[in-house]
Amino acid sequence: MRRQLQTMRKSLFDQGYLDEQFVQLEELQDDANPNFVEEVVTLYYRDSGRIILNIEQALERKPFDFNKLDAYMHQFKGSSSSIGAKKVKAESTLFREYCRSRNGEGCMRTFQQLKKEYATLRRKLEAYFQLARQAGPVETACRPK
Amino acid sequence: MNSSSGKEYMSTASSSTGWKAADAAAAADQFPAGLRVLVVDDDPTCLMILEKMLRTCLYEVTKCNRAEIALLMLRENKNGFDIVISDVHMPDMDGFKLLEHIGLEMDLPVIMMSADDGKHVVMKGVTHGACDYLIKPVRIEALKNIWQHVVRKRKNEWKDFEQSGSVEEGDRLLKQADDADYSSSANEGNWKSSKRRKDDEDETDERDDTSTLKKPRVVWSVELHQQFVAAVNQLGIDKAVPKKILELMNVPGLTRENVASHLQKYRLYLRRLSGVSQHPSNLNSSFMSPQEAAFGPLSSLNGLDLQTLAATGQLPAQSLATLQAAGLGRSAGKPGIPMPSVDQRNIFSFENPKLRFGEGQQQHVNNNKQMNLLHGIPTTMEPKQLAGLHHTAQSMGNMNVQVASNGSQSSQNNPLLMQMAQPQARGQVINDSSLGHAPRLLSPMGQPILSNGIATNVSTKTGIQENIRAPSYNPVLQTSLMLNFPTNHASELPGNSFPLGTTPGIPSLTPKVAFPEDVNSDIKGSVGFMLSYDIFSDLNQHKPQNWELQNIGMTFDASQHSNNLQGNHNHSQPVLVQQGFSSGQVNGQNKSATVVSKAMFSAGDSTGHASAQNGNQHLNSLLVDGTVRVKSETVADATPTNLYPDHFGQEDLMSALLKQQDPIAPAEHEFDFDGYSLDNIPE
Repeated sequence: MRRQLQTMRKSLFDQGYLDEQFVQLEELQDDANPNFVEEVVTLYYRDSGRIILNIEQALERKPFDFNKLDAYMHQFKGSSSSIGAKKVKAESTLFREYCRSRNGEGCMRTFQQLKKEYATLRRKLEAYFQLARQAGPVETACRPK
Repeated sequence: MNSSSGKEYMSTASSSTGWKAADAAAAADQFPAGLRVLVVDDDPTCLMILEKMLRTCLYEVTKCNRAEIALLMLRENKNGFDIVISDVHMPDMDGFKLLEHIGLEMDLPVIMMSADDGKHVVMKGVTHGACDYLIKPVRIEALKNIWQHVVRKRKNEWKDFEQSGSVEEGDRLLKQADDADYSSSANEGNWKSSKRRKDDEDETDERDDTSTLKKPRVVWSVELHQQFVAAVNQLGIDKAVPKKILELMNVPGLTRENVASHLQKYRLYLRRLSGVSQHPSNLNSSFMSPQEAAFGPLSSLNGLDLQTLAATGQLPAQSLATLQAAGLGRSAGKPGIPMPSVDQRNIFSFENPKLRFGEGQQQHVNNNKQMNLLHGIPTTMEPKQLAGLHHTAQSMGNMNVQVASNGSQSSQNNPLLMQMAQPQARGQVINDSSLGHAPRLLSPMGQPILSNGIATNVSTKTGIQENIRAPSYNPVLQTSLMLNFPTNHASELPGNSFPLGTTPGIPSLTPKVAFPEDVNSDIKGSVGFMLSYDIFSDLNQHKPQNWELQNIGMTFDASQHSNNLQGNHNHSQPVLVQQGFSSGQVNGQNKSATVVSKAMFSAGDSTGHASAQNGNQHLNSLLVDGTVRVKSETVADATPTNLYPDHFGQEDLMSALLKQQDPIAPAEHEFDFDGYSLDNIPE
């Protein structure tokens, strides 16, 4: 099972879902906080869900308030990057670019893509954590390089 | 919080210092383990991660998701933390504002963080005094070394201390420190000595006489700051060296290094202010809110600009504008602003300073000058005055007071400043001929420019106190006038109703005005404002302006402080400032001013009040006297209502300011002077 876990983990990195920052989180996990990574990710999804909602609402108001959208996305990006959500972060960056160039179409398209990545990552991580719990305490994975 | 007396804080500091001898020793051995970190970030995910990382580094972590709460915690426990890490973008308060507050009040090293790594934002961190800037996502490696900032700071203070004359002891300590086992830092030697010193201090009471040895964190209360500003102004901003300032201040327990580091901050503040004043263009009355924004950027810009300005003397309005614009994004307004007056003198760019200058510049070149004074205005004393103001403002906690003053300035970038400058011109200002400028500013401004102008004035006042009086006052007064304007012209001072008193005499008022802005806009500069009051007083001889300016009151306080500082009103010092704010908020009216002044004078300035009564006339003198006058004016005027519980206490002020700041909208009202004063300071 550990093997399976390792494989799953590796693929998350290889496929670009997660980056180095995730490893930082893993390294913080210790006996005192054995589920630290999962806790952080859970917190992230809870809090960022709120921001996603705000953005959605903002996108329903025309004309777009690009400044506000940019501000929301800045917030979202910060959170996402701190857990190592690589693809989500990339979409956030793109979204902000569209905000700066006042491209409403681009914003909407990117946002849809972002939500997809966001959901996909969530699924994958949930599966990963579930497996991790079953596998028992695992040493911190080596850095994927 | 702010001890009314330096001594007080000293003793308090020593006793309340987080360390007991044993703890200190223990902590020292384990250093940097046990470093007490306060981390502030509205993002819960980041906060959780940071906390864990810091714990892993063996630091003692306190996390906080709101800047206001963080400030409260810091205030309540001045010596409870060694370093602060704060996010830049937070909903309730701009990270840079928090940074300034902390720098002024607690003098703790602050590290800024953000996902934003744009050059100008990082620069802003630098100009605001952050000791480091981390880009998110933060890695634990970056946190492992933050203790170096704590050591470095202590070392520098220690060094100052040594230079101030306790060389022997310093040497002694150094020697002891030499064999310390601390290592791993570049400042190893120094650090050791400073560290050792610290330990020694804690351990040896007999070192009390060398209180300098023990460097408990000095709390720059309003009073203290005012004293400081007064001393600086007296010496002349260029000649103000820590040693002399220390001597002039004559505060037991205060070390030269304390003064030196505070002076550094003050200079930065002034620089910022001057930078700000350069953009008079932003004076739009509405800038109250924008002010904040403006200020922010301005401040940063100011810092930069001010220098330039100072150099050029004319702070290239454009540069200011640019800076401000950059900083504020909007302020960039008046590029044309003849910042010249802005004296870039001290590029203490408190954020606002820039604004002020911008505006001030425009308006009156004369005024500007004066305005500049505030910032660093080379013109008449202003810079010093401003410095004083700034300090005061700063001591106030920059909160609104400064902000107010600066805010108005900064936000508008220019408008404020301009307003200040303008107000003077406006006529309201400084009704007095002396104001000359001021009145002009005021009148044109009609608007609360005073706030801005005043803010600037204040700043200038502080710095300028002396200089300003004459011409400088004008600007200052103008600014103050501006505040006064509010009453007069500005009377529009919405909300603020700057009762500043009929601008003419409103010297004191202006200070208030300044504050409101700060309050709202975080006018850091506001402190500087206070000083302006003085100017105003001089300028206007105003009558006890109706300091309705609530904000003014606040600012006033700030200004008062500054004034106090400036003047010899040591009594009112900074303390007032703070109070002013609270009152500012509350009373908006002079009352606050009065109250503030009262509070400020808590030191016992009551005399100040008396003079204040004389207000208008004194205004001028106030400047000199320090904000005291300002108060008197206000006091005279304001005295009525209990402007605010006299001693709002810095905290109150701060909170008041904070409150004001947050609700920009409402604050605007108060600050009206801010907003309006500058609002179009017609350059």
